[in-house]
Amino acid sequence: MPIQVLMPALSPTMEKGNLAKWLKKEGEPIKSGDVIAEIETDKATMEVEATDEGTLGKILIPEGTADVAVNTPIATILADGESAADLAKVISPAKQEKAAESAPPAQAKAEAPAPKAEEKVPAAPTAVSEPEPEVPAGTEMITQTIREALRDAMAEEMRRDPDVFLMGEEVAEYQGAYKVSQGLLQEFGARRVIDTPITEHGFAGIGIGAAMAGLKPIVEFMTFNFAMQAMDQLINSAAKTLYMSGGQMGCSIVFRGPNGAAARVAAQHSQDYSSWYSHIPGLKVIAPFSAADYKGLLKAAIRDPNPVIFLENEVLYGHFGEVPKLDDYIVPIGKARVARKGQHVTIISWSNGMTYSLKAADELAKEGIEAEVIDLRTLRPMDTETIVASIQKTGRAVTVEEGWQQSGVGAEVAARIMEHAFDYLDAPVARVSGKDVPMPYAANLEKMALPSVAEVVEAAKAVCYR
Amino acid sequence: MAAPKKSVTKEAGQEKGDGSPPEFTKEQELKALRDMLLIRRFEEKAGQLYGMGAIGGFCHLYIGQEAVVVGMQMTLKKGDQVITGYRDHGHMLACGMDAKGVMAELTGRRGGYSKGKGGSMHMFSVAEHFYGGHGIVGAQVSLGTGLAFANRYRENDFVSLAYFGDGAANQGQVYESFNMAELWKLPVVYVIENNRYAMGTSVTRSSAQTDFSKRGVSFNIPGRQVDGMDVRAVKAAGDEAVAWCRAGKGPYILEMQTYRYRGHSMSDPAKYRTREEVEKVRHEHDPIEQVRNRLLAADVSEQDLKSIDAAVRDIVNAAADFAQHDPEPDPSELYTDVYR
Repeated sequence: MPIQVLMPALSPTMEKGNLAKWLKKEGEPIKSGDVIAEIETDKATMEVEATDEGTLGKILIPEGTADVAVNTPIATILADGESAADLAKVISPAKQEKAAESAPPAQAKAEAPAPKAEEKVPAAPTAVSEPEPEVPAGTEMITQTIREALRDAMAEEMRRDPDVFLMGEEVAEYQGAYKVSQGLLQEFGARRVIDTPITEHGFAGIGIGAAMAGLKPIVEFMTFNFAMQAMDQLINSAAKTLYMSGGQMGCSIVFRGPNGAAARVAAQHSQDYSSWYSHIPGLKVIAPFSAADYKGLLKAAIRDPNPVIFLENEVLYGHFGEVPKLDDYIVPIGKARVARKGQHVTIISWSNGMTYSLKAADELAKEGIEAEVIDLRTLRPMDTETIVASIQKTGRAVTVEEGWQQSGVGAEVAARIMEHAFDYLDAPVARVSGKDVPMPYAANLEKMALPSVAEVVEAAKAVCYR
Repeated sequence: MAAPKKSVTKEAGQEKGDGSPPEFTKEQELKALRDMLLIRRFEEKAGQLYGMGAIGGFCHLYIGQEAVVVGMQMTLKKGDQVITGYRDHGHMLACGMDAKGVMAELTGRRGGYSKGKGGSMHMFSVAEHFYGGHGIVGAQVSLGTGLAFANRYRENDFVSLAYFGDGAANQGQVYESFNMAELWKLPVVYVIENNRYAMGTSVTRSSAQTDFSKRGVSFNIPGRQVDGMDVRAVKAAGDEAVAWCRAGKGPYILEMQTYRYRGHSMSDPAKYRTREEVEKVRHEHDPIEQVRNRLLAADVSEQDLKSIDAAVRDIVNAAADFAQHDPEPDPSELYTDVYR
């Protein structure tokens, strides 16, 4: 029976890709290892190698097709002795699957429209693309991925200030391990876009030393999991020096990179460090959700005279959002944002936790519960005022985070609500969080270990006594 | 790349091997004497104040090692940066920081360099290009490499000196920094102050390679062992290393073979070495006595040397007086300087 060639996944978080080019024609013989096609994702262009031998029977997905979901059959290979007539035996592949249904964690992600794709996944009615309230009316918006928003933020700040530079593993020639720094080497050169060896402790210290001398480094960690190697420098040197020097010497530096769970990379590569860093006086900690906030807050972080931990989320990198087309779009650090208005319950989250929260708000609305959703955006300094103002209105609160519950940011939010709005509470604050286990690898267990929309809905109903 | 050079002495306090360092001029000898005396008298006073309870916490004295910072400082020009670990009082004084400000920081007073918020191990002076004062063993090596990175980035010809001890020399980030410093040709002199003991563990019990000048071999960083008790030898080696860095050739390692007379900190029971060992170095190789003897041999009068000592004592006494009478920080300072 003819063999199906499926759209391969090239990275843990890849859900779909573009079929850029077929390198073999129908009827051509194929040996195992032959490159038969090229596929592109927003991160990279990769070659598809045949793993079976025979003849390319039929191309099911023509070249130039965008957003082909992982595991979609893209061609059939005929084994020796089979002919085109045997193709009928193959169950004809279903129409291109919706990308978001292919990977387990995808269900929990905000679905944003791809710009060119014919079959767009409808945009969830989330606040992802909602413009900032502070943006002047009539401002033109551009649709771009969070990855592009981050790149633009860095490029703009590097154009503006010659003391700003980027260092980290694979930031230059590789164009970024997650393609966030794409094009920066070409524009700014090797003096300002610097590939480091795989030595987090050392290059974090070098970055901080350079900042103490007055430069403004952006240090990229390939992921924050690896920043644990550099933890001493981040905390003992970056966060504390201003205080220890009586205000004489500090460091203006940004540490950025993906934080939290990606997909199927297991315990050592899937940890949310939000609460770790937000514990430390002297650091500012930012963890945005929308593309506009990624851009505006990264620009603010680079200009900030203090050390800033900028927690990104790999799952969100490829998501699209609307970003104001302004010469200098800055989002103030320390200001939360009401992403959705409501009067019955307040859901407080940040970063990818917003994905569950906004979807849960949609679900709740169907049942007549109007949830107000607050995107903290900055974890330190935390915008207690915005939280309290909402609780005064709703009297009920749910926190949502991917990190662990004990000593988590949700615990901090709950304590602040108790301290500042106890008299307004009509129910105890509920916390939805990652489960109290190292992240498992198996798809089903991983899904269980993360928060879910259902858990947020359930918690919100519980605090509403519904 | 030059092969690591080995010269001068095998071990601090031993006889010289291959020749004496270049002579100092009388002015240089007098300056070295004065600067080393300032450190010694300052540290003696700090030890006293610690005993009186005026200085709290940890207090690591530099007595015995004075020739290292004084000789190295003589090789620098204004704008070159200095960074070190927790045994830092000598470095600050050598950089030209005010004794009053340093002593007042030791006593935790508002007139201290860090307004009393840093203490013995955490002091800085941007004006004097002294970047601390770091309490985590080895951290200053990466940071000092970063200072050199900034010089390279700005395309100036300043050099950074990163001081660390034989103990810190075994930390992992030291080698991460060596690698990047050589890879990027950063102008940093790694000054390893080998005082023979990492806290209470002798180098032979803690280090597989006790020749610290060779610690850069696998990164192609040249290194040199130096008699760190002879300020002239320090200066000569420092000149070579600093010139190497200033010329854009990358980092350089100097192993300063020196000796700490006092304990690791004030609470050191000193069970790990004999009194005789300390006394032998003190009597035979003291860095200050060496200069004094040379000056006396060069017909400088005992009286002149005494007046230098008296002037230094005046500075130290004034610093101690200030440090005990300056008020503690205002309570409002608790919450300042966390962010700027």
